[in-house]
Amino acid sequence: MNINPKLVLQAKGLVKRYGQVTALDGADFELRAGEILAVIGDNGAGKSSLIKALSGATIPDEGELLLDGKPVHFRSPIDARRAGIETVYQDLAVAAAMTIAENLFLGRELRRPGFLGSVLRMLDKKKMLEESIARMQELKVGIRSMTQPVETLSGGQRQCVAVGRAAAFAQHVVIMDEPTAALGVKEGNMVLELIRRVRDRGLPVVLISHNMPHVFEVADRIHVARLGKRAAILNPKKISMSDTVAVMTGAMPPDRIPAECLAH
Amino acid sequence: MNTTNVTAALLPHRTWRDKLPPIGTLGPFIALLLACVFFSTQNDRFLSSDNFSLVLQQVMVVGVIAIGQTLIILTAGIDLSCGMVMALGGIVMTKLAVELGLPAPLAILCGIGATALFGLVNGLLVTKIRLPPFIVTLGTLNIAFAITQLYSNAQTVTDLPPAMTWLGTTFRIGGTSVAYGVVLMLLMYFGVWFWLRETAAGRHVYAVGNNPEATRLTGIATERVLLGVYVLAGIFYGIAALLSVARTGVGDPNAGQTENLDAITAVVLGGTSLFGGRGLILGSLIGAVIVGVLRNGLTLMGTPSVYQVLITGILVIVAVAIDQMSRKGGR
Repeated sequence: MNINPKLVLQAKGLVKRYGQVTALDGADFELRAGEILAVIGDNGAGKSSLIKALSGATIPDEGELLLDGKPVHFRSPIDARRAGIETVYQDLAVAAAMTIAENLFLGRELRRPGFLGSVLRMLDKKKMLEESIARMQELKVGIRSMTQPVETLSGGQRQCVAVGRAAAFAQHVVIMDEPTAALGVKEGNMVLELIRRVRDRGLPVVLISHNMPHVFEVADRIHVARLGKRAAILNPKKISMSDTVAVMTGAMPPDRIPAECLAH
Repeated sequence: MNTTNVTAALLPHRTWRDKLPPIGTLGPFIALLLACVFFSTQNDRFLSSDNFSLVLQQVMVVGVIAIGQTLIILTAGIDLSCGMVMALGGIVMTKLAVELGLPAPLAILCGIGATALFGLVNGLLVTKIRLPPFIVTLGTLNIAFAITQLYSNAQTVTDLPPAMTWLGTTFRIGGTSVAYGVVLMLLMYFGVWFWLRETAAGRHVYAVGNNPEATRLTGIATERVLLGVYVLAGIFYGIAALLSVARTGVGDPNAGQTENLDAITAVVLGGTSLFGGRGLILGSLIGAVIVGVLRNGLTLMGTPSVYQVLITGILVIVAVAIDQMSRKGGR
């Protein structure tokens, strides 16, 4: 076991208030290199506020964010993306009538070299297609044709395109917000399999999920959010699912969790 | 490891229906052919080259408005003000040239500037205040109409300099006379076709119409795309105004009234979805020709013009119904 694992993304003492409501009350967060960290929490536990802060969707009132040990300040999701943090949203964020290759390169299109690209601003469709095929093959996403519209795919396949896009372009971190929530059992498993492959390629993954079996299937560590703070970090190989839910709901106070169930 | 399973499950299930070209691409063309066949059986003059060039000259105004309208509909918007904005542009350019004696090119630019300004106002209201395009352009439809009437005193502007009507003059290819304006229209269709298909900015128009939120999250400035589309549409209405002026030889404050709905009809008949994000610009050209052929053919048959209005009304609804049904089938 690595005694001092590298922290890729770290948050210290995040505070976020919405009027009278304190959504984040000094929350800490640590994501290590090469892991899948699940983030769970009851509604109102500060889970989504935490994720929004990490992905740049909200700006925390207090606290600091460190990426590879260096402080970062995200003012928008685009800032976070430029810093190498890609986020996959639960509601299948793809342009349905456009092709898979176009979706993969949306907003970062490649232009042709020379006059055609610089003056006529022509896209290099061939190169984008080739790179799409290469990147999806790397992740073993077996879609027959990259030129078919995304709407011809099932929900799970679409989500694989979204995950594949994030994984293909993320430099540091992939955040997945309920990536399996809208999917059936088989399709959910397909996406879980892909998430594992993303991690195995060396990208750490933050997985937000309500689905305990999914969390236990893929997570290396579980971050439990509660009352705007981090209640505990659990080891899914040691703790049971019902105890995890107990920690999440507050039925089991953090100081009563058996020491071997905690992850460090 | 169950990797092979996953890969197999990811293979899309393609049925024979997926392999057929979508109805959106072929449908308009078939409709146009059917209309042509029908009218040629009804009237001998329909297929003559003189009539053909007449139809194209009638189509050029609606066709150019339809370019701007297509761009807006692709973003899931709609522009009800197109014809009235065009009328305003025509009045501005003719009055400046005739009454203030501005050189024709400058007057034309001012007219196009006026329509572009209306596009900008539409775009700002849609993007900054987030009003629905339907309501915004319903408002600007009336505003543009009122300004046109006030500025022109509801009077037609005549005695235009020849430079303003040059696009309405024709040259002959073989036995057919072709207006320069028709050539300009075709060039603009080609340019927009290239832009929409081959450039990132063009693809972003589709992306915004498909899923604005997903597009925004990929880092594309969706408001700038929308604003650009409305301004660009305004510019096309200005060019359409010039074509209308060139064709009729006057600045007409009551221009654009049939073109307003005809342009929307052309776009919808051309297979562009009113729900945004899907459609082809060349479809709108076919749609505009369908509208032109219908009006021309019915006129040759001696049908009262009120029936032409009736038929275009029915056509729009049929086209939208097909769009709606093919969308449900796609889900």
